[in-house]
Amino acid sequence: MSVWEYANPRRFMAVSARLLPWVAGAAALLCAAGLTWGLFFTPEDFRMGHSVKIIYIHVPSAFVAINAWFMMLVASLIWLVRRHHVSALAARAAAPIGLVMTLVALLTGAIWGKPMWGTYWAWDPRLTAFLILGLFYLGYIALWSAIEAQDAAADLTSILCLVGTVFAVLSRYAAQFWNQGLHQGASLSLDAEENISDVFWQPLVLSIAGFTLLFLALVLLRTRTEIRRRRLHSLSLKARLA
Amino acid sequence: MSALLLRDLRLAVRAGGGFGLGLVFFLILATLVPLAVGPRPDLLAPVAPGILWLGALLACLLSLDRIFALDAEDGSLDLLATAPLPLAGVATTKALAHWVTTGLPLALAAGPLSLLLFLPPGALPWLLLALLLGTPALSWLGTFGAALTVGLRRGSLLLSLLVLPLYIPTLVFGAEVVRRGAAGLPVATPLALLAAITLGCVALLPFATAAALRVNLR
Amino acid sequence: MPERPDGFKGIPWYADDPLPHPDALRIKDGMDRVVSELTCCRGEAIVLEGVSFALRGGRALVLRGPNGAGKTTLLRTLAGLTPPVSGAMPDPEGAAYAGHADGLKAQLTVAENLAFWAAIFGTGPAEVEGAIRGFDLAPLRERRAAELSAGQKRRAGLARLLVTGRDLWLLDEPTVSLDRTAVNRFACVMRGHLDAGGAAILATHIDLGIEADELDVAAFAAKREATLRDPFAEAVE
Repeated sequence: MSVWEYANPRRFMAVSARLLPWVAGAAALLCAAGLTWGLFFTPEDFRMGHSVKIIYIHVPSAFVAINAWFMMLVASLIWLVRRHHVSALAARAAAPIGLVMTLVALLTGAIWGKPMWGTYWAWDPRLTAFLILGLFYLGYIALWSAIEAQDAAADLTSILCLVGTVFAVLSRYAAQFWNQGLHQGASLSLDAEENISDVFWQPLVLSIAGFTLLFLALVLLRTRTEIRRRRLHSLSLKARLA
Repeated sequence: MSALLLRDLRLAVRAGGGFGLGLVFFLILATLVPLAVGPRPDLLAPVAPGILWLGALLACLLSLDRIFALDAEDGSLDLLATAPLPLAGVATTKALAHWVTTGLPLALAAGPLSLLLFLPPGALPWLLLALLLGTPALSWLGTFGAALTVGLRRGSLLLSLLVLPLYIPTLVFGAEVVRRGAAGLPVATPLALLAAITLGCVALLPFATAAALRVNLR
Repeated sequence: MPERPDGFKGIPWYADDPLPHPDALRIKDGMDRVVSELTCCRGEAIVLEGVSFALRGGRALVLRGPNGAGKTTLLRTLAGLTPPVSGAMPDPEGAAYAGHADGLKAQLTVAENLAFWAAIFGTGPAEVEGAIRGFDLAPLRERRAAELSAGQKRRAGLARLLVTGRDLWLLDEPTVSLDRTAVNRFACVMRGHLDAGGAAILATHIDLGIEADELDVAAFAAKREATLRDPFAEAVE
């Protein structure tokens, strides 16, 4: 049996129904563990004090916001190449989650920025790039909701997603070029000489894993909703045609 | 392709073609900004590159929904799709016609308008060069957006929403060239990046545009 | 009329016309166009299933059926505008489509409009002149399309078929808003096209006085349970 069989909506519904409680449970567990550990059992940063603890929401949400777009890109490509309806609907389902995560990252960043930088907002390249990412999400969602014919909407949004990815990445570098920022470097990366210290990053990794699972659970849930909505669309179309 | 280009240019300059509306919009914008911000040269000069680029960008946006909507209305688009011309060629020609009727005049008009905004004279050549290099990207991206929304009845607002985020890199690098030019800094890097974006758009976007048109014609 | 080696039989709608260059007309005599088991969709719905027919060069096929039966859908599919869901059909590269919209630009004159389409389809001034004579457009050639009546516009739109130089015409209600003289004129042009080895598929309700095969599109109407082509047509859970 190939993995593509899960792209059949019926099969996807059956499998996702069994999978969803486990993914959601694991997400809740990891989020709770990561956040509790991070918020209550880590020392205060000697420069940032208590405010550092918002990192356990800020970084995971930013991580999910970016990767949600890449998930949409992959799903769009699968739709364009292999014409699996579930893939297109999963891309559609992920967009609002990505948008919310972008907003959460911007909002927590603003809350963190006030005590640290003395301002809620700065035209820092990272902040700017996130704002632009939010605009791309908005355009994508708007195009989906504007087109009545569902397959055409899936095609057009997939094309937009491909072109948008290129320009979102370009915007990221344009923003970096345009203004050198205040934002600190990456909190976690595999090749950096110096990451944040262990006491901070262990719970951070846990929360990132939790947020990723949360994203997965939400995508599953929302894809199920989209499949049902699509079924409803088909039924009403059928009723109108008959 | 030259026949299509000539037809589009001819349609643009004949009555009701809308040629020049973008230019007038650009002029009005350049007039309104000093009225809103204040007449002082020390206020206007630093923002002049940005205002001129933004004005050109918005003026470009105004005429985007005409690129395919008129042809879709009178059936020409169906016929063009069945013609021996590849659809990507149609997209390229349409974008080129849009640039010749909108982007090019805007770039040329930016020179005189820069006087109204007290752009430092040293930046003027860079403004012209940046607009000439950057506006094709705006036309090609706009044609792509127009192809995405051609099937929609009220597509023009959505078109702006889709196209404006795509314009960001062009705007950033284009305005940066002029700002650096005004400050007497080297402009080679943003200029090269601007040219790269335009060339990439011209080379690749027509295929995406053609794909979107095919979907909308079904 | 002199015999020509390429088998082109002349232009009956304008008897004393100098013959246009045969290469430009590109009409292949006696070619069979086979459509088999074609399934067509309109938007998201499957409208026609299992459409099968063959059309020989020199023949016309009239599509019959009530409004909404799928005549336009079939024609758009054959024109290559809507991809078929399944089935085989001739290459749309050989087809010229004329739908409800005429594809005329209001600000251009009739001659300019036709010359534009001639350039797009790779034909030349000879075809434009032939089309103008064929549809009696000479008095209107310098008029802008905006200044034409609906029937005159229609004639100019149909004249475009001649400048495409393609041998299969796909016509969707070609006689709408034409008066009786213009309909006769159109029938003459059509006969000339067929005599020259071309073929035509047309959806029309009036009798053009042309010997033609008929196809009842309603016979291929998609079954009720198979009206959707996505996996959501059946229960998902």
